[in-house]
Amino acid sequence: MESLILVLVGVLVAVATYLILSKQLLRVILGTAVLSHAAHLLILTMGGLKRGDVPLLGESEGPYTDALPQALILTAIVISFAVTAFVLVLGYRAYKTNGSGNFDELRGTPDE
Amino acid sequence: MSNIIVLPLIVPVITAILLVFMRENVLLQRIITLLTLVFVTIISIVLLMEIQVQGVMRIDFSGWLPPFGISFVADSFAVLLVLVANIVAAICLLYAIFTIGERYEKMYFYSFALLMIAGVNGSFLTGDIFNLFVCFEVMLLASYALIALGGEKVQLREALKYVLINIVASWIFLVALAFLYGTVGTLNMAHISVRVMETGNDPLITTVALIFLIVFSLKAGLLLFFWLPGSYSVPPTAIAALFAALLTKVGIYALVRTFTLLFTNNTEVTHTVLGVMAGLTIIAGCMGALAGRDVRTIASYNVLIGVGFIVAGLAIGTESALQGVTYYLMHDMVAKAMLFLAVGMMIYLTGETVIDKMSGLIRNYPVFGWMFFIVMCSLAGIPPLSGFLGKVLIGQGAIEGGNFVLLGLGFLSSLVVLYSLLRIFLSSFFGETIISLEDEKPLPRRVELPVILLALCTIALGIGAEWISPYITDAAETLHTPSIYIDAVLDGAKWQGEVNE
Repeated sequence: MESLILVLVGVLVAVATYLILSKQLLRVILGTAVLSHAAHLLILTMGGLKRGDVPLLGESEGPYTDALPQALILTAIVISFAVTAFVLVLGYRAYKTNGSGNFDELRGTPDE
Repeated sequence: MSNIIVLPLIVPVITAILLVFMRENVLLQRIITLLTLVFVTIISIVLLMEIQVQGVMRIDFSGWLPPFGISFVADSFAVLLVLVANIVAAICLLYAIFTIGERYEKMYFYSFALLMIAGVNGSFLTGDIFNLFVCFEVMLLASYALIALGGEKVQLREALKYVLINIVASWIFLVALAFLYGTVGTLNMAHISVRVMETGNDPLITTVALIFLIVFSLKAGLLLFFWLPGSYSVPPTAIAALFAALLTKVGIYALVRTFTLLFTNNTEVTHTVLGVMAGLTIIAGCMGALAGRDVRTIASYNVLIGVGFIVAGLAIGTESALQGVTYYLMHDMVAKAMLFLAVGMMIYLTGETVIDKMSGLIRNYPVFGWMFFIVMCSLAGIPPLSGFLGKVLIGQGAIEGGNFVLLGLGFLSSLVVLYSLLRIFLSSFFGETIISLEDEKPLPRRVELPVILLALCTIALGIGAEWISPYITDAAETLHTPSIYIDAVLDGAKWQGEVNE
């Protein structure tokens, strides 16, 4: 199971890399969102997938599943959600003021 | 008593939220912001005194003992940085109060600044590596907002690049955390250190260490600095000064913490890579500073030279080099904030950014001219200003460690710093004045005040080195001997035995 998820992580990273390397602003932003999902899956896999029971004392004899990766991912998801929301708004504003969503035209001129 | 460790994080966060509701009352916002920073400064002085008495302090949130819960750990190194960061931030915000204008102030400028400072303080104080990631994000999200605040064309453009590069860096941080957790199964920094030492010379650990190196290098502007000059030159002066003083220093702090506490086993690989990167950063920074014609570019590349120099001290890694690192980090925060404020004032006064188009500023603004002279001497390391001692200590460490290449590069870079700033000084401050008395923009004394305060700080750091040295020695000792930190966090051998079962 772990290797399967790791392959999935690899695919997600590949897709995200492709999107981030493109020149369209929106694609780059979507790429960063996919990238963060890949990281979350990686953390989950690194902690070990479903090894034991729910980590509640008294519910079962154990062994228990490590609950920490879930907590980490929850935090990371909230952060990446906030960042993605911010960067979408920023991208929209940059598109409105600069009149372009293409990174070639967002390069800037040396005389500024 | 150890509860006060959390105050440098929690107080700015709470006031930042409160300030959101005082949007229209600019005066009240200003007063509360300054009071908050003064309060945090006092707290960090108290903490620093307390650490000298009872050693490294920690607070376990909700009573979850380490390594299971999240804890904040205050050692001299972290608290010294918190102290200087808050003093510098207070002075930068004082400058912002006088210059930034109501438009920014009503757009939650103080809230964002305080949130950023909370993130910086949290990053310095946390003892848990995932919590370090969270504090980094708090700091970065606030900085994203600050860099875009104002909504100028060029600001939005550079903000976009800054945000994207940092998202990718944060992603690498998460990946590194995942691998680290998969390898050692813990996130408490002291506990990671114990586990890594037990594992011995594992190539997997070295790989994880190198991934962390990439992340923190991106944040600190160590070799991977291509984003830095662009994004530091677009926001208003006060914000740029805050960034230059604080953000890269947090990256350097994380590098120091990682490579003195966590990954100390395979120093031939990690510290060699650090040394090479530091050397290359110094060279590239020097080239940029020499080639630049724009004052902001020259100032940005001076930030990089500082980063390279500090990391060179870390790569050398002897105890006196680490003393130098601590001292130079404190100096660099003060001096870089001062340099960026001075550069911003030059641009405000002349309306130009290219050094050849400015001339004779010292005739119009004598006090300001001498302030620029002081920051130049301080950055070049001329005694009795604060840059001198850090350079001496790192140099001494380099000779002890036999690392003569970094020694030579470091000291040559001082000459380049001096030359690049002297060029600004000669061309823009000396010479015929081009501003006639009628066109002269008034420079109120209160706008000069923050720069004067920073000049006093750098002089005090230089002359008062005698009083600061016990704290620096303690900080470097804790860095050089990780067992002090580990014992304080895991309560000595008792815990190590239980934890490792």
